[in-house]
Amino acid sequence: MSAAGPEIERLIQLLSRLPGLGPRSARRAALQMLQKRDTVMRPLAEALAEAADKIKACSTCGNLDVADPCAVCSDYRRDDKIICVVETVGDLWALERAGAFKGRYHVLGGVLSALDGVGPEDLNLASLIERARSDEVREVILALNATVDGQTTAHFISDKLANLSVDITTLARGVPVGGELDYLDDGTLSAAFRSRRPA
Amino acid sequence: MEWSGPGRIIAVRPHGETSAVVEALTPDHGRHAGLVRGGRSRTMRPILQPGNRVSLTWRARLDEHLGAYQVEPDDLSAGQLMEDRLALSGLNAACAMASLCLPERETHTAVYDAFEVLISALEDPDLWPAIYVRWEGGLLADLGYGLDLKRCAATGATSDLAYVSPKSGRAVCAEAGEPYKDRMLKLPAFMRGEPWLEPGDVEAGLKLTAYFIERRVLWPADRQLPEARARMVERLQDADCL
Repeated sequence: MSAAGPEIERLIQLLSRLPGLGPRSARRAALQMLQKRDTVMRPLAEALAEAADKIKACSTCGNLDVADPCAVCSDYRRDDKIICVVETVGDLWALERAGAFKGRYHVLGGVLSALDGVGPEDLNLASLIERARSDEVREVILALNATVDGQTTAHFISDKLANLSVDITTLARGVPVGGELDYLDDGTLSAAFRSRRPA
Repeated sequence: MEWSGPGRIIAVRPHGETSAVVEALTPDHGRHAGLVRGGRSRTMRPILQPGNRVSLTWRARLDEHLGAYQVEPDDLSAGQLMEDRLALSGLNAACAMASLCLPERETHTAVYDAFEVLISALEDPDLWPAIYVRWEGGLLADLGYGLDLKRCAATGATSDLAYVSPKSGRAVCAEAGEPYKDRMLKLPAFMRGEPWLEPGDVEAGLKLTAYFIERRVLWPADRQLPEARARMVERLQDADCL
């Protein structure tokens, strides 16, 4: 029998569903929050409620933001001619952290997977094709994961966009910054050799 | 319980935040799944891609448990095939078919051996589509639903075999099959073991194996052909490889 009441048990159960938290760490987090109700728990509850109410998916790119279109889509300084296609919002955030891309994004919401039954109709593809049809767009960058499913999706999208007047590019694959050749897998080494360039 | 041996990864599903349930096609244990702890780590992800050959050690307390795999890389083919859209479609289709059609933990050494041949041929687009069809034919045979393509079901003739009866799965010679040719399935010469390939043969072979795999293996289990196979056929059509 648990020493905590049903309310606390429910809180622990909900917290333990979050990534990085198991039942034990959820218990510790719940205890910490209960001990700091005014400084942690109430502000957190308010922030959660506010986020749940206000944050929505951008109808243009699929990013998460309080505004629709999102901050990325409505930023006039960004290049409208390039669309970078990513699998998830997490990938979009990773590219934004790197600060290497100043165009527009498109979040697919997954990749094709024969095993999990994810087909083209389950992805945010129709709106990508619609966006790529626009006269403004010159290049679509397929920034998808270098996995079998990711690359299958990349090939599928490039086929769908093939008859449009846009350049379709993918991210390079090869030796990562700080990577040692000895520790690289065969596929990465082969890709790096194929993508070699004049020094 | 413990065993060690080679295997080709055919499917990977994330399990929790750090682990993965890996399905491998092995020569001695058939399609066999196991948990790989840390399977979603940066070092393991390139290894746990469908199509890669790995050395596996499986351990479990009881035989009926899922068990845990220890995985060592052997031949990491997936990375080399990723940029070739045609080869990747073949790899996806073969992995999806193996995962869908083969029962778990039932030894199918011939299917594994043919799978190895298919994976090693995937870089040659003139060769692999026909090997793929032969592999599916072998899959049917190993599951007990093999097609009898040696002699004509009507006349007993062993030459000029041109069709396959959709009912019996037996070959029919051109003469006996002529009145029913609209209802017959075309039998490509390479499926009879002939060493040549004519235009349209791969397409006919894919239709033939799809017909019998659907009706004899998948439909009784309330399953459909995987979308990956349909995409492969589409891609082969686009590349004029049928």
